[in-house]
Amino acid sequence: MPIIADGLTYVYGSKTKAKTTAVDNVTFKINDGQFIGLIGHTGSGKSTLLMLLSGLIKPTSGTVYIDGEDIFAKDFDLHSIHGKVGIVFQYPENQLFEETVFKDVCFGPKNMGLDKKETELCAYEALKLVGLEDEVFYQSPFDLSGGQKRRVAIAGILSMKPKILVLDEPTAGLDPAGRKEILDLVKNLCREKGMTVILVSHSMDDVAEYVDRILVMNDGRLEIDAVPKEAFKHKEELEGFGLALPQVTQAMIKIKEIGIPVRTDAITVEEAANEIMRVLY
Amino acid sequence: MKIIKAEKVTFEYIRRDEEGNVEGINRAVDNVSLDVKEGDFISILGANGSGKSTFAKHLNSILLPTEGTVWVDGMDTKDEEKINKIRQTAGMVFQNPDNQIIGQVVDEDVAFGPENMGIPTEEIKERVEEALKTVGMYEFIKRSPNSLSGGQKQRVSIAGVLAMHPKCIVLDEPTAMLDPTGRKEVIRALRALNEVEGITIILITHYMEETVYSDKIFVMHKGSIAMEGTPREVFSRVDELKEYKLEVPQITLLAHTLRQRGLRIPECVLTVKELTDAIKNC
Repeated sequence: MPIIADGLTYVYGSKTKAKTTAVDNVTFKINDGQFIGLIGHTGSGKSTLLMLLSGLIKPTSGTVYIDGEDIFAKDFDLHSIHGKVGIVFQYPENQLFEETVFKDVCFGPKNMGLDKKETELCAYEALKLVGLEDEVFYQSPFDLSGGQKRRVAIAGILSMKPKILVLDEPTAGLDPAGRKEILDLVKNLCREKGMTVILVSHSMDDVAEYVDRILVMNDGRLEIDAVPKEAFKHKEELEGFGLALPQVTQAMIKIKEIGIPVRTDAITVEEAANEIMRVLY
Repeated sequence: MKIIKAEKVTFEYIRRDEEGNVEGINRAVDNVSLDVKEGDFISILGANGSGKSTFAKHLNSILLPTEGTVWVDGMDTKDEEKINKIRQTAGMVFQNPDNQIIGQVVDEDVAFGPENMGIPTEEIKERVEEALKTVGMYEFIKRSPNSLSGGQKQRVSIAGVLAMHPKCIVLDEPTAMLDPTGRKEVIRALRALNEVEGITIILITHYMEETVYSDKIFVMHKGSIAMEGTPREVFSRVDELKEYKLEVPQITLLAHTLRQRGLRIPECVLTVKELTDAIKNC
């Protein structure tokens, strides 16, 4: 189910003096099963882009094709999109509301019109997919830890069986182990289940380690679209956009500056260690 | 001089069912004793649910200990008469800047604290300007907070606390929602406040690299203090940190990996500067 953004533009308050172009003529194609990292500073248009891709707002101009269909065309049933694109907002645990974990996860499929048996099956599968044990199913979601709550919220989206999963900063506020759990889970959904994942993140280190391809937004425009190694070669540009290089890449540049001839394109600890050993040994 | 002193602090949340019967007791903070010296930069690390935030709320009387005592600059936080003085001494900044900013204009927002302290108008103006200059936000004094970036908003929140002239600022994950530039701005502002103004900083964070310049790190685990020491002492215990669901900064990890592969690199490198120095000597 490839996604194509074609000249996508969104203007807030277009009829007022204070109009701002949040997304400005963005075009890209994402193929099935890709793990995309979407980065950009606060206010660069990432969240608006996510809302456009999941059909929550209509573009001012341009459109989105999912599986070859124009989702903003007049004859397209926009409701059907929820079964295709699942969006996990920031702090999704704030949206948990039911008495039990299981009921909460049932909410989505139930509203898609599935019968009780199908709904429960979807919920069960989703909860298993995020790695929650049976004993938490009938607990109140509010009694769980931060990382668990977030997994319940993600299960609530997965229960609708989307092919494309969009996550807006899913690791914000989690401890390092919780961060890794969520990122490993998402990676697994992508690699094992073949889901297409679009991950918004402010952590360059996480993006460097996990994704296949990086999209960099600045002032509503798509400025860089490349594999992580290539994307992080644009040091000055990224810094100009209020972003940064992964910590180890910054370290490699400093190491080169003291006269040790290392290549500076390592983006993970493993790669950096290999490169330093190659030069020094 | 101890600005914060906690002695055997325990805090219990009582869970109740719908009829109000006690269902169980959660001990969020369990027998914590710690001292913070005036002028120190302290970091508190710990997994989600380890009790960091609950403990932090004891430092300016938002919560009172179930057992034990907290003194802020010599004042017992249970002393109701001193509550205003305590909150002026230890100010607090939270995670989400949007939940803390109430003013329509930046200077109004920063003035909120001193106004409520009954400071004369002329002095409020001075304090607001001074506070905004300290965090590098003076040029935005007449702007609407809505037009600021996350890091800028968070620095306005810090200025709001600063305008009350606190001796100590407690920050609960102030960078969790910020982009890389915003994070850098906030941490830089905190280090300047600590080094130049001598204000005691207590920083709670999930980002290990933000803590490498602290004087001391406390690691909380299940409500208790599991580790304490300088960053070098704490981050040299890689396996123990993992048990507490934490990690070491990426640079420390890189140095650790190189050391394991046989390079002569000292244990527990914390900064890029230390790493390049070590590699130079290889």
